[in-house]
Amino acid sequence: MKILVPLKRTADPDNANKIKIAAGGAKIVTDGLEPKINPFDEYAVEAALRLTENAKTRVAGDKVTIVSFGPKEAATNIRTALAMGADDGLLFHADDEALDGDLVARALAKVVETQKPDLVILGKQAVDGDSNQVGQILAELLQWPSATFAMSIELAKDKKSVIVGREVDGGVVKLKLELPAVITVDLRIVAPKSVVNNVTPATHVYSDGARYAPLPMIIKAKTKPIAEAPIASLGLDATLKSKYHTFELPPARKAGKKVKDVAELVGLLKSEAKVL
Amino acid sequence: MSKTLVIAEISGGKLKKTTHSAIGFARQAGAPFDILALGQGIGAAVEELRGFGAGAVLAADDALFANYVGEAFTPTVAEVAKAGGYDLVTVTASSFGKDLAPRVAVRIGAGLASDIARVESAGGKLLFKRPMYAGNALGTLELTSALKVVSVRQSEFEAAAPSGGASAVQAVKAAAAPLAAKVQFLSFDEVKSERPELTEAKTIVAGGRSLKSAEGFKTVLEPLVDALGAGMGASRAAVDAGYVPNDLQIGQTGKVVAPRLYFAVGISGAIQHLAGMKNSKVIVAINKDPEAPIFQVADYGLVADLFKVVPELTAAVKAARADG
Repeated sequence: MKILVPLKRTADPDNANKIKIAAGGAKIVTDGLEPKINPFDEYAVEAALRLTENAKTRVAGDKVTIVSFGPKEAATNIRTALAMGADDGLLFHADDEALDGDLVARALAKVVETQKPDLVILGKQAVDGDSNQVGQILAELLQWPSATFAMSIELAKDKKSVIVGREVDGGVVKLKLELPAVITVDLRIVAPKSVVNNVTPATHVYSDGARYAPLPMIIKAKTKPIAEAPIASLGLDATLKSKYHTFELPPARKAGKKVKDVAELVGLLKSEAKVL
Repeated sequence: MSKTLVIAEISGGKLKKTTHSAIGFARQAGAPFDILALGQGIGAAVEELRGFGAGAVLAADDALFANYVGEAFTPTVAEVAKAGGYDLVTVTASSFGKDLAPRVAVRIGAGLASDIARVESAGGKLLFKRPMYAGNALGTLELTSALKVVSVRQSEFEAAAPSGGASAVQAVKAAAAPLAAKVQFLSFDEVKSERPELTEAKTIVAGGRSLKSAEGFKTVLEPLVDALGAGMGASRAAVDAGYVPNDLQIGQTGKVVAPRLYFAVGISGAIQHLAGMKNSKVIVAINKDPEAPIFQVADYGLVADLFKVVPELTAAVKAARADG
């Protein structure tokens, strides 16, 4: 079982309200915000690790490879995923402005050709662009079956298919996909029992969330390989299908008034806001 | 000559209201539009779609479309889009539209603008404004490709009302979908609720982790929800804690809503939650922490213990309603 996990370096989403817009709206400035792994991609790493281990030890022959497109500094974020337990990394240098979801998906399709994974698992969206498109585009380019918004993955014993629970409006859809396949993950994929690989004993309970790297793993990760190359080495047509003209801050919402009790609140909702 | 294709969303034979936002967008974009409906047993939905002023309603009624599977739908949508010479294909960015739009874009070689909030026309070009960074920035995007696929945010495009008339209906054959053979639809476990859907509710009451348990939602929040005839929502923290299903999550990665009245109860107001509700018309926040960021966007803030004041509020709402 070989799994490829693409990850994006994004500005700390917990401080997204501190972004600024450059003069003239030319770009979004994230200076001062800590660059982190896109949280949904971090969940994808966790899911990939759970699929390829027997509770705590890697299943022999299984492998998790991380790939990223971005600045050289993204190597740090790949290293974090390696410390979580991934085996190796690929970093293709690119300016974020020279990428769109379509180009990233085309680049991933090239990487899939050489890496030949059984599964590509990635976040359902990156929390900066919020576009929610790379996984779907990749699946279509590869003509692989896929499932978006996964909240559960069960790998069949023969490792030829997966059953994926998809979080959709109004409930959960279950799909069975033949491998190789593409899966994009939603937040509940890191719940204690969300990933079943039929190797890890059913009695094993994962902790909720993505794992933290213990110190020995952080040290070990320093020696794991990350292959770096310019994105041009993939030989893609670099033409983008979309172009941002300007950026702006949304209109700020004014803080309103504090009320002292329920009676005052209900009174204002009736007489002032006229919504009751 | 520009021409727009609207993809309708149909579930269990019923037209979903999400579709009305995509129609609203198509009217704003300005070009004549047709509507494509895919499903099985969709006669009633197609009939309903005839009243929105579309040039034609294209009906793909086939067992292949009994349940939504992207691999089954994409080839037919792409074939209709290409054969009909549409340069703009649009769908509402529900979980259906978010899954389908990028696939269709690939098939027809189009650029994609996803989850847009506004459309503007400048010098003959369409420019799309879309929220980014959890709604903390708006980007103005141009699609440079000849063909364009756009998914629209339901809360930002007013639901189109029927305009009368009766569009012609054309039957469409299902295109071959070889990839669908590798995907088996097993089940749809639907969350049934008597309450209004979040994306359609005029009033929403949302609870956070301060409710402390599933029991807290049931005994404290739900009576208020029902007294108001509201939809019930939750913060990601409450969903993560397992108090309520994820279907109720409001935020950057959950549902984006803009009701007339929004109650945030025991919700601190994390950035990703604000992204899903800050365009609500009137926001009420109840939280015992006076420094909670939710108060910065609330029109009315009540600093109090929710376990004490929510039952009071429920009683007051009931009394106010009884007074008419």
